[in-house]
Amino acid sequence: MALIELEQIYKIYNAGSDAEVRALAGVSLSIAPGEFVAVMGPSGSGKSTLMNVLGCLDRPTSGRYLLDGKDVSRLGKNELAEVRNRTLGFVFQNFNLLPRMSALENVELPLVYAGVPARDRKQRSSEALELVGLAKRQDHHPNQLSGGQQQRVAIARALVGRPKIIFADEPTGNLDSRTSTEVMAMLQALAPTGITVALVTHEPDIAEYASRVIVVKDGLIVRDEQREARRAVVLETGEEHA
Amino acid sequence: MSLYVTLRIALRALSRNRLRSFLTTLGVIIGVAAVITMTAIGEGAKARIQAAFASMGTNMLVISPGSTTLGGVKGGSGTMPSLTWDDLKAIQRDVPSVRAAAAVLRSSASIVSETNNWSTSIQGTAPEYFDVRNWPMSSGSAITQSDVDTGAKVIVLGQTVVDQLFGRNADPVGQTVRIRQVPFTVVGVAAKKGQSPMGQDYDDTAFVPQSTFAQKIQGGLGKYLQGTIFVSAKSDADTGRAQDSIEALLRDRHQLRQNEDNDFQIRNLAEIASAQEEGTKTMTTLLASVAAVSLLVGGIGIMNIMLVSVTERTREIGVRMALGAKPRHVLAQFLIEALVLSIAGGIIGIALGVGLAILLGKRFDWPVLFQPQVILVAAGFSGLVGIVFGLYPARKASELDPIDALRHE
Ligand SMILES: Nc1ncnc2c1ncn2[C@@H]1O[C@H](COP(=O)(O)OP(=O)(O)O)[C@@H](O)[C@H]1O
Ligand SMILES: [Mg+2]
Repeated sequence: MALIELEQIYKIYNAGSDAEVRALAGVSLSIAPGEFVAVMGPSGSGKSTLMNVLGCLDRPTSGRYLLDGKDVSRLGKNELAEVRNRTLGFVFQNFNLLPRMSALENVELPLVYAGVPARDRKQRSSEALELVGLAKRQDHHPNQLSGGQQQRVAIARALVGRPKIIFADEPTGNLDSRTSTEVMAMLQALAPTGITVALVTHEPDIAEYASRVIVVKDGLIVRDEQREARRAVVLETGEEHA
Repeated sequence: MSLYVTLRIALRALSRNRLRSFLTTLGVIIGVAAVITMTAIGEGAKARIQAAFASMGTNMLVISPGSTTLGGVKGGSGTMPSLTWDDLKAIQRDVPSVRAAAAVLRSSASIVSETNNWSTSIQGTAPEYFDVRNWPMSSGSAITQSDVDTGAKVIVLGQTVVDQLFGRNADPVGQTVRIRQVPFTVVGVAAKKGQSPMGQDYDDTAFVPQSTFAQKIQGGLGKYLQGTIFVSAKSDADTGRAQDSIEALLRDRHQLRQNEDNDFQIRNLAEIASAQEEGTKTMTTLLASVAAVSLLVGGIGIMNIMLVSVTERTREIGVRMALGAKPRHVLAQFLIEALVLSIAGGIIGIALGVGLAILLGKRFDWPVLFQPQVILVAAGFSGLVGIVFGLYPARKASELDPIDALRHE
């Protein structure tokens, strides 16, 4: 059974006016568990809009969205918050870590809203940071971390709630190519654990790491192909990992 | 999400902008400090008034000529004389619940000793007066009935007058002083009584026999009594009965008809005390409204800064929502922040108010009285200000759309 099932999803901004924009013009899409999907397309084609609808951050103007068998296209704010908290994880282009909190506290946030008790929360957040190779940095604040490290904290934060899907909108957009590869290696490592990854990118070499590439144009999917993903290999250099 | 976590988030957000947080709470601080200070001083004054009246005895009645004005306390001077010496005698003789009654005639005059002179209030009275007022002598003896009968030129001085004329610790009994060239022999010193509730010095006075007063100080002794009559009831419980009996007696003696108003007034100390308290109440109400206004201003300050904070942290709100924060989590976060601000302001205000009241009390020698319930109410009000004025910004934050909040620059 599909994990994500989109049927005729429309997202129309300023409907009826001269400035009407059909950011999504009837998208239908199905994603299976464990897939690693890259969404590509020119700027303004609707990639982010698609990602936001998939991530339950935005509601479609019309259409049906089944997430894990449940229709989420008409849920209220509270239910959507719960869906995001329990089944989804997010990685943003600009990391979006909260500035006055340590790495550990940032990672703890989803668990705070899930009502996990403090001890478990710390334990699980520590483990998540260890997984992304930042165990030693857990007390550092975002401004004491490099871009790559910040994005790894963000990945740990996305993973800590044990989500089914991770959404990443241009996760490597603010990173150099070496750290980009690192981040991609980390996301690739999730597929075998059954976590589905959907990312937006406009860089073809980033899309190469995905097992499926979807190309969007003018709010519609114009190409959708499965292929053999290239393995992201991180060349070990001086960068410490533990 | 636990209250503790929410509280920690709030404290962290506020400590980020210490100065701004402090300035924001200033309104609440001032408001609460004003409430605490003014009630401490007001309650202190009230307690002093009550203590002063209690020391005067609650079984005392004061009868003065003239009609009662609406709610007001009208002085005897300047009104048409209506009380006669026979009225006084009738009260002494015919009202069983009365223990003692005495006339007090009053005039201001200068008393001259060998070295000094001092202007004070001279009272013409009878021996019973000291009994009615429960006022013993610290030295010598009080005016006697034979002094009154013979119109003796004797005088009893209050402590303040002694201090002014003879110096502290002097015992002037036996010495001579002059009033309007007439020599008087000091026969006694009245024990120190302190201040009246109105702040007037009870000890700044002197007493002469009422017959002497009428002849030597005021003019001829007519049928009318130019002053007031002090009456002491047999007991506290008898006070009301005595008041009613005297009123009936005087109405009868003055031949007042059913529909005519009294041409005299009888006040008991409870009435005088409550008139005094009325005065402090007005003061309290006035200051309370000042406090209310500054709390309002403080609340608006908090609302303003919370709105700024919500705008500044829109992205943070978006991130929290993306990670699973529900509207109510965001609402709680900002509401608690406003509450922390206002309650912190309240606590600082309470400390400041207590300090200020003690300081003012010391400086101006005012009694201060702190009531725990006032402090609790002040703390409660500051919390209320936080909730009332924090609610709108917090709602605004909680109603943000996650995607709009995340996109905010
Ligand atoms: N809030 C919005 N209001 C109006 N138009 C919008 C809004 N968000 C996105 N759009 C429009 O929708 C289209 C798709 O935007 P987006 O999904 O961000 O594109 P991409 O991420 O592929 O660059 C664009 O034309 C954009 O201008
Ligand atoms: Mg985009």
